[in-house]
Amino acid sequence: MSQPLIQPSRAKSMTIGESGLALVFTVTAFLCVIASAKAVDRPFAFHAALAAAASVASVFVILNRYFDRPATLPPQEINGRPNYNLGPIKFGAAIAMFWGIAGFLVGLIIAAQLAWPELNFEPWLSFGRLRPLHTSAVIFAFGGNVLIATSFYVVQKTCRVRLAGELAPWFVVLGYNFFILVAGSGYLLGVTQSKEYAEPEWYADLWLTIVWVVYLLVFLGTVIRRKEPHIFVANWFYLAFIVTIAVLHLVNNPALPVSVFGSKSYIAWGGVQDAMFQWWYGHNAVGFFLTAGFLAIMYYFIPKRAERPIYSYRLSIIHFWSLIFLYIWAGPHHLHYTALPDWTQTLGMTFSVMLWMPSWGGMINGLMTLSGAWDKLRTDPVLRMLVVSVAFYGMSTFEGPMMSIKVVNSLSHYTDWTIGHVHSGALGWVGFVSFGALYCLVPWLWDRRLYSLKLVNWHFWVSTLGIVLYISAMWVSGILQGLMWRAYTSLGFLEYSFIETVEAMHPFYVIRAAGGALFLIGSLIMAYNLWMTVRAGEVEVSSPVALQPAQ
Amino acid sequence: MTDHSDIDTVSGTATTGHQWDGIKELNTPLPRWWLITFYLTIVWAIGYWVVYPAWPLISSNTKGVFGYSTRADVAVELANLDRIRGEKMVALGAASLADIEKDPALLALARARGKTVFGDNCAPCHGSGATGSKGFPNLNDDDWLWGGTLDQIMQTIQYGARSGNPKAHEGQMLAFGKEGVLKQDQIVDVANYVRSLSGLSTRAGYDAAAGAKIFADNCVACHGEKGKGNPELGAPNLSDKIWLYGSDEATLIETITNGRGGVMPAWEGRLDPATIKAMAVYVHSLGGGK
Amino acid sequence: MSFWTRHHVFEKNSIILVVGILLVIAIGGLVEILPLFYLKSTIEVVDGVRPYTPLELAGRNVYVREGCYLCHSQMIRPLRDEVERYGHFSLAAESMYDHPFQWGSKRTGPDLARVGGKYSDDWHVTHLTNPRAIVPQSVMPAYAFLASTEVDPETIADHLKTLRAVGVPYTDDQVANAAADLSAQASPDDSGTDALAKRYPKAVVRNFDGKAGLPTEMDALIAYLQMLGTLVDFKLYNEKANLR
Ligand code: HEC
Ligand code: HEC
Ligand code: HEC
Ligand code: HEM
Ligand code: HEM
Ligand SMILES: [Ca+2]
Ligand SMILES: [Ca+2]
Ligand SMILES: [Cu+2]
Repeated sequence: MSQPLIQPSRAKSMTIGESGLALVFTVTAFLCVIASAKAVDRPFAFHAALAAAASVASVFVILNRYFDRPATLPPQEINGRPNYNLGPIKFGAAIAMFWGIAGFLVGLIIAAQLAWPELNFEPWLSFGRLRPLHTSAVIFAFGGNVLIATSFYVVQKTCRVRLAGELAPWFVVLGYNFFILVAGSGYLLGVTQSKEYAEPEWYADLWLTIVWVVYLLVFLGTVIRRKEPHIFVANWFYLAFIVTIAVLHLVNNPALPVSVFGSKSYIAWGGVQDAMFQWWYGHNAVGFFLTAGFLAIMYYFIPKRAERPIYSYRLSIIHFWSLIFLYIWAGPHHLHYTALPDWTQTLGMTFSVMLWMPSWGGMINGLMTLSGAWDKLRTDPVLRMLVVSVAFYGMSTFEGPMMSIKVVNSLSHYTDWTIGHVHSGALGWVGFVSFGALYCLVPWLWDRRLYSLKLVNWHFWVSTLGIVLYISAMWVSGILQGLMWRAYTSLGFLEYSFIETVEAMHPFYVIRAAGGALFLIGSLIMAYNLWMTVRAGEVEVSSPVALQPAQ
Repeated sequence: MTDHSDIDTVSGTATTGHQWDGIKELNTPLPRWWLITFYLTIVWAIGYWVVYPAWPLISSNTKGVFGYSTRADVAVELANLDRIRGEKMVALGAASLADIEKDPALLALARARGKTVFGDNCAPCHGSGATGSKGFPNLNDDDWLWGGTLDQIMQTIQYGARSGNPKAHEGQMLAFGKEGVLKQDQIVDVANYVRSLSGLSTRAGYDAAAGAKIFADNCVACHGEKGKGNPELGAPNLSDKIWLYGSDEATLIETITNGRGGVMPAWEGRLDPATIKAMAVYVHSLGGGK
Repeated sequence: MSFWTRHHVFEKNSIILVVGILLVIAIGGLVEILPLFYLKSTIEVVDGVRPYTPLELAGRNVYVREGCYLCHSQMIRPLRDEVERYGHFSLAAESMYDHPFQWGSKRTGPDLARVGGKYSDDWHVTHLTNPRAIVPQSVMPAYAFLASTEVDPETIADHLKTLRAVGVPYTDDQVANAAADLSAQASPDDSGTDALAKRYPKAVVRNFDGKAGLPTEMDALIAYLQMLGTLVDFKLYNEKANLR
């Protein structure tokens, strides 16, 4: 970051934010030490100690930053151009890459455990503890950091204003990653609420609430101070994502701890209502975290990279509102044929089918933005990655409504078909759109040229092959499994025992693991490429204000 | 639509006139096929709500014109299944065990039924080939703890052994060591004596006479004079080469010290009566039935 | 003003945009979730479902902690193959005291909603210690360490109290005797077993892990598994009254 103009005449003093935060963290450090000492279980003691250490570190960093910084705060503008705040974004982008690799690696491990169960190492590294680590690492750690980093970037650029707050954006990025650390280490130690995609225990949930509110404030504060008359479409999607995730998180997670000094809590909801809350949450975590958020990324990075206007403004309006309205209703498709009453299942199914076109609205807007620039796909593997991600998005949002139809779900539910659907969305859509965005973002942030397009090309093909292996293996095994479970002999007796179906899955689990390994290798290629970009890449035409990313 | 709007040269479409960081938007109308398909899904949904239970009301919910219910549906499905299985299955339920074995059609049906039920219910203990494993008897051989006639097998399956069912096979071997009836060296002696009954090698220097005496005093009541076992009591034959828990000295000492008391669950209640019959016939036909 | 320019209200005012989003996302959830609390048909009327005994509850917590729900469902669907394979389809009433629910979303292993009584305690001990020793094709992880970790009877009463606060009808009597009940259920010779059986009808008292000493997590988990699906007597259940 270049040095802002120094005005030595002003006396240096701490801002309210700096002194206030330092104070809060000092108090927190004390409270956490006490909590650690009084803990009723060891994971809680560990987490409290971790929080104490993090608080002390925060106080130290805040003070250090204060002593190092010039007396005046960074200006909002330099030479009439916004003085963008890129530090937290750089951190977010880098750590997203780290968590991505970690999450894919854990995915590979659990895939291997299902093929070769000897690879379970009790108690910490057994499948039941690693699986939530995988889902959280890829969705919340990898995806979440990509979302936070890109949202901070996009909102600044499309509002032409510096990010709101000075410490607040750092608080969001660092606080969020601390949440990930607590959640992830908790899973290994057996700390979980068992609510899928909301496994972290009560204290992690509370912390995330604070972080998320600050995130909303930073984002909204920036939008409010924008220099553009209209709010850019990507920011509608980011806002919907941030606001709705806050609502979902609060409603799904209320829990009463057994002891305020212990990790175990009991969730307020029970039985069938809890199931409904959970999948209302779970489905909309997909809808707003994995869809709305990443659509926002698409709406900025594809037109930017393709240098083409967005295909249809009208389509973006209609599909935005219909998407967020309809998504909320679709949760019961995770509970077809369960003890949830039939009427609720009907609503879940019908709204899922109506969700098909609103979802495809996003795909159309993404793909058609390329019209007039299709030739770029041949030469620019980054753009290709972005476009293929949209194609995968289209595929999984066709598959999803189809699986929501009760007859189809009676076959697919509980099987690997769901896993295949998840990963066509997760690897193809979420993974590729994130990769594409990072390939754009890192050179812009560090003001470099991407180290190697050839390596991007390799990444693209290796990962694509991995995805194809993964999802086709899961489709076959899922449908096979579903059919075997319900197969009857001509005499009218069940044909297969459960264990025969377990045996039949083995070859597909091996293929899936191979696919996962390829996907992981692709991401390692990417990490190397980005590393070389930042470390060794040539400096792109240096503008006087180096903050202005070159395109 | 505003003064700023311009025409995109590539597509010939107007833009909305705004731009953000260089990104413009075209004012392209909604694709027709998209809109039509969207409307179609909505129409379909409305139709579905009319036919099926859908909307919650104050004290109940709309039931749909046919009063459909998944729970009513499965009852129908299960009834259909009985129809597929046909009269023969009813006949199986009514026939005696001996008659089933004599009627080739019923026998085939019973075996087919037995095979499918065995996989999910019995194989976890007795193994997928019914060959058993330590503590779980092999059902293919003609060595039976509780007797190998059709009736005896049926009895075992229906009520189990030490299963908690009032009619289960009860009684188990005393934990001779734990209860302090036999001392450690006595147990070693009798364990070796038991090995000698089936011609297995014995530990050098063990007191054969003492072993025989201990056996006669404590064991014959159940296992019989020559250790041939007693199906009334579930006491295994100790003179053959078939072992439930194992024949090495350490395992025998363990058995005699602590007893075993393996539990075979009762299937009455979990499986219907006709199926239990089929299971008995199936097990009996595995090769070792008496 | 054209239809499309009306949308400028949202594009020009971020607070209106946020409020618009909040309104639009509130509707679906409210319509689908609220009625589940007031419609009587949501939870069937059945006899026999009771809160977990302290030992079962401890076992359930192990089940949650180890992530068994990631491979095992506890929700038999009203489909004929499932009813045949696993037993009567699951009722909402059977999980009404479950905080959180354990219906699961993936069946890498079989459904466990009615596994209670299907196998012996010994089988479970062997299976949990090393699944492949007894089911060679199994892909289930081993949980041998459960046999050597004890359950703490001291804190269990707090768990009952917490659950009571979120709506599980534990009585004062049950809370007061939680520690005693926890130990009694795993030791058939204990003097407290009769009182336990009164407080928790159908509670099974056995030395589940077959070892002497304080109850282990193995005891607790097996006690939980052995009660799954055993509380409702389906002979007395009124199918017709509970179609929904
Ligand atoms: C929990 C494990 C378990 C399951 C499940 C199980 N069994 Fe058994 N079974 C046993 C044990 C243990 C014994 C031996 C009991 C003894 O030691 O007296 C046994 C004994 C038997 C016997 C008597 C063998 C003899 O030698 O007399 C028969 C027959 C039998 N089982 C059939 C079945 C059938 C049929 C099923 C399924 C419907 C089944 N078992 C399920 C554990 C099981
Ligand atoms: C009360 C009747 C009873 C008496 C007395 C008895 N047993 Fe047993 N024995 C059994 C039963 C029943 C079993 C089957 C295992 C079980 O369920 O406990 C058995 C099993 C065994 C086995 C295991 C066989 C195998 O295949 O693994 C051995 C060895 C044995 N007994 C030896 C002895 C000896 C030695 C004595 C005397 C010291 C003895 N038994 C006294 C009833 C008895
Ligand atoms: C990686 C997946 C996986 C995990 C995690 C897992 N299981 Fe399993 N489980 C299986 C599979 C596969 C089977 C079927 C093969 C077998 O019987 O081992 C099974 C079978 C079972 C059975 C026998 C069910 C029946 O009706 O035959 C029980 C009981 C069981 N598991 C309990 C548990 C418990 C308790 C946990 C957690 C502590 C657990 N499982 C964790 C995969 C898993
Ligand atoms: C190397 C790449 C990956 C591999 C090998 C992998 C492997 C796996 C495996 C083995 C499971 C468990 C399946 C089961 O229980 O049967 C799983 C679950 C899951 N994974 Fe991945 N995964 C990878 C990448 C990702 C990514 C990038 C995402 C998301 C962005 C993701 C999201 C999920 C989710 C949401 C589930 C839970 C699915 C469910 O419960 O239905 N995975 N993954
Ligand atoms: C229109 C859009 C979509 C619909 C209607 C839809 C529908 C479904 C259905 C029916 C299931 C199976 C539920 C079950 O049987 O258990 C499912 C599971 C899932 N879908 Fe989608 N899907 C859509 C898009 C997506 C996308 C884009 C992603 C993301 C990346 C995604 C991620 C998931 C995940 C993670 C699960 C597994 C949940 C679990 O059981 O743990 N879905 N979806
Ligand atoms: Ca949580
Ligand atoms: Ca799942
Ligand atoms: Cu969903």
